[in-house]
Amino acid sequence: MTSYIDYTIGAPIADDKAPDGPVSERWNRRRFEAKLVNPANRRKKTIIVVGTGLAGGSAGATLAEQGYRVVQFCYQDSPRRAHSIAAQGGINAAKNYRNDGDSVYRLFYDTVKGGDFRSRESNVHRLAEVSVEIIDQCVAQGVPFAREYGGLLDTRSFGGVQVSRTFYARGQTGQQLLLGAYQALSRQIAAGNVEMHPRTEMLDLLVIDGRARGIVARDLITGEITVHIGDAVVLASGGYGNVFHLSTNAKNSNATAVWRAHRRGAYFGNPCFTQIHPTCIPRSGDHQSKLTLMSESLRNDGRIWVPKAKGDSRGPNEIPEDERDYYLERIYPAFGNLVPRDIASRAAKNVCDDGRGVGPGGQGVYLDFADAIKRMGRDAVSEKYGNLFEMYQRITAEDPYEVPMRIYPAIHYTMGGLWVDYDLQTTIPGLFAIGEANFSDHGANRLGASALMQGLGDGYFVLPSTINDYLARNPHTDVDEAHPEITAAVDGVTARLKRLVDNDGDRTPDSFHRELGELLWEYCGMSRNEAGLRKALARIPRLREEFWRRVKVPGTGAEFNQSLEKANRVCDYLELAELMCLDALHRAESCGGHFREESQTAEGEAARVDDAFGYVAAWEYTNGAPVLHKEELVFDYVHPTQRSYA
Amino acid sequence: MRLTLQIWRQPGPDEAGAMRTYDVDDISPDMSFLEMLDVLNERLIVDGDEPVAFDHDCREGICGACGMVIDGTPHGPLRTTTCQLHMREFSDGDTIVIEPWRSKAFGVVKDLVVDRGAFDRIIGSGGYITAPTGAAPDAHATPVSKESAETAFDNAECIGCGACVAACPNGSAMLFTSAKVNHLNVLPQGAPEREKRVLNMVSTMDDEGFGGCTLTGECATVCPKGISLDSIAGLNREFMRALRKRP
Repeated sequence: MTSYIDYTIGAPIADDKAPDGPVSERWNRRRFEAKLVNPANRRKKTIIVVGTGLAGGSAGATLAEQGYRVVQFCYQDSPRRAHSIAAQGGINAAKNYRNDGDSVYRLFYDTVKGGDFRSRESNVHRLAEVSVEIIDQCVAQGVPFAREYGGLLDTRSFGGVQVSRTFYARGQTGQQLLLGAYQALSRQIAAGNVEMHPRTEMLDLLVIDGRARGIVARDLITGEITVHIGDAVVLASGGYGNVFHLSTNAKNSNATAVWRAHRRGAYFGNPCFTQIHPTCIPRSGDHQSKLTLMSESLRNDGRIWVPKAKGDSRGPNEIPEDERDYYLERIYPAFGNLVPRDIASRAAKNVCDDGRGVGPGGQGVYLDFADAIKRMGRDAVSEKYGNLFEMYQRITAEDPYEVPMRIYPAIHYTMGGLWVDYDLQTTIPGLFAIGEANFSDHGANRLGASALMQGLGDGYFVLPSTINDYLARNPHTDVDEAHPEITAAVDGVTARLKRLVDNDGDRTPDSFHRELGELLWEYCGMSRNEAGLRKALARIPRLREEFWRRVKVPGTGAEFNQSLEKANRVCDYLELAELMCLDALHRAESCGGHFREESQTAEGEAARVDDAFGYVAAWEYTNGAPVLHKEELVFDYVHPTQRSYA
Repeated sequence: MRLTLQIWRQPGPDEAGAMRTYDVDDISPDMSFLEMLDVLNERLIVDGDEPVAFDHDCREGICGACGMVIDGTPHGPLRTTTCQLHMREFSDGDTIVIEPWRSKAFGVVKDLVVDRGAFDRIIGSGGYITAPTGAAPDAHATPVSKESAETAFDNAECIGCGACVAACPNGSAMLFTSAKVNHLNVLPQGAPEREKRVLNMVSTMDDEGFGGCTLTGECATVCPKGISLDSIAGLNREFMRALRKRP
């Protein structure tokens, strides 16, 4: 097989669904131009939805309400457990309930800028528009958002913006929004409009006559391989952060659905754009199985610091005020502790690299609430952050009311994902990708409280409008279950699983995952350089080869077998990791979450190179080196400037 | 730390199970309980033995996937989820007994994994507000008092882990059901379906084979999210009210 480094550049790709005209009218125009499916005909159309998080849950419920027949899948035992549930902080919406100068345009502007000018203006404006409807929808469903005494909704400002537009439900906003979507979905399941398959994992995509027509899945309880046919397939399977092994993602979140779709022809957009979240609990040892996020809402009141002196081994409370370096407030006086995530993360890495990190291994910085407790009182702090403080204390056995929290950045979110057009359709007709599974709205860096907005925006409002157009233009045709493409896909899935369980190896799937994760974190993590990425690109194929030689999976494929599930996912990580490193290597600029050491300003800030890299990298899978298709980004409204948060 | 584990092993729903004993060494007090089981499973795989199956996902105490009975108590000695329990709660040399949720309505799938699908069916029978997408009025059209919002939230925190059922001597799902009924019934948005919701959900709960509630309170004692026994009182009140109002 040819090396990934020998990639070629193919024809440019364009988003041919994006309407033109004033940005504020584009979504309305597209909705009007999109063809509709006659309500009487919707029942005859089957839509397959993979995933039940904010995007998948809301899409499944809404499509079923519209009258489509929905067949939906999740690997968890219940759709309520999708990892959206773990989002803590909040959801942005341009309601301007605070009269603090917010507007749809400002949310649009902040999100384009926050994404470091690597997202599409049309998409982001649409996101800002639907944000308003999302809050209305969720309130109507009974989502218990925080409220003021007058009974109206409370908001707060959140990571990197200067208006108070983030709606929240204590520190469990994701949970409450997800339960809202889950309840709407449950209503449709009970009504017979959604055929729900829990504990079932998609293992391949069926592309027949050039259109996505179904999936091959595995029943995780019995091991049975099943085929599901539909008129369109929607992937809402989340991001691929778990490729790093240690991340804030749920342990079983995985990249298999998107990677299998990529192998079937869906281009992969900007795979190197991964987000490192600045406020996670540092790792405590080699046994660490995942990292836990502390909502960045904590940065609203907590102050981040490290000792001024290198190797200061005193406890935090013994270090006097004038020997502390509140480095974010010092370097970025205008935004202080509220700078965007990528900047906060890199600043933490810099002070730790400088030998001023705290806690075990010097891989941590303090997040201190002493001033907030003095200012607001312990009770007020507890009301705002109580559950986060408890969680921190349970994990670390330290009391954040008494000693500052220790935090360190961790992999949290992937801005990259399957390339989609304005309709959220991938390069395979009939295959749609929504939520974190697509690449579209966050550019090179996602702002806090925007993931929930995008997941629900895609699922409740965008996809249900745009998928109509595809379904109306592609009349239903029957697919023979004995179609050679289906047989081949089922045989392929079966052969791979058989090869895994039959392999006479001596290493666990998890040991390979851990090794891959360490490699990626070192060379494709918070900061990247050419030499390191080349090293990773040389080592990943060797690791993959070793995996197939030495992996050991107990049991059989015809039973509940969690080791087999894991091994099967690790196979895909071992391929995806290579594409991520290649994308990071080819993008010889710094932007957003992608920091290339060769491309920085004199002050050590990320230096974007718009002329050379002002495009989306859409990668096409081949059996050898991938092909790069560039989608040029045009900015008519928010003109690219070097981001400055000083 | 060195520990002895006694774990329920059962290959499948229709096969007999048994307790098996395992020794684990080198357990750090900073490990979570599930990380301790990871260590055991990694060793079992290399030794050619079958790893212990258990449900888990977010490992931050919110998805509700994990759950096992540890030394006789669902989720173990702390009032938290199994994933948030850390080994510092145990001592060197301890023997820990680990079993699946035991309840008629939760069949064992394998080892420590059980089928909690009945919970989804209870929600499907009324645990929602009928609000089709796009039909919602402005979010500020209906103010909700802070007290109601807080009560709704306290109940909405339920993560559906099933510890309440596992702890109950009757295998009752009253706390789970009451949490959802109270979350929605206390809100003005939930009012139109208030009676139908409680009657249908209670009826589904009974049909799924959960036991009756005798207010022993074990459920609220183990609930990792602190859903209060008051919630069950609220459910009973809603249920009686709905019965009276039913034509």
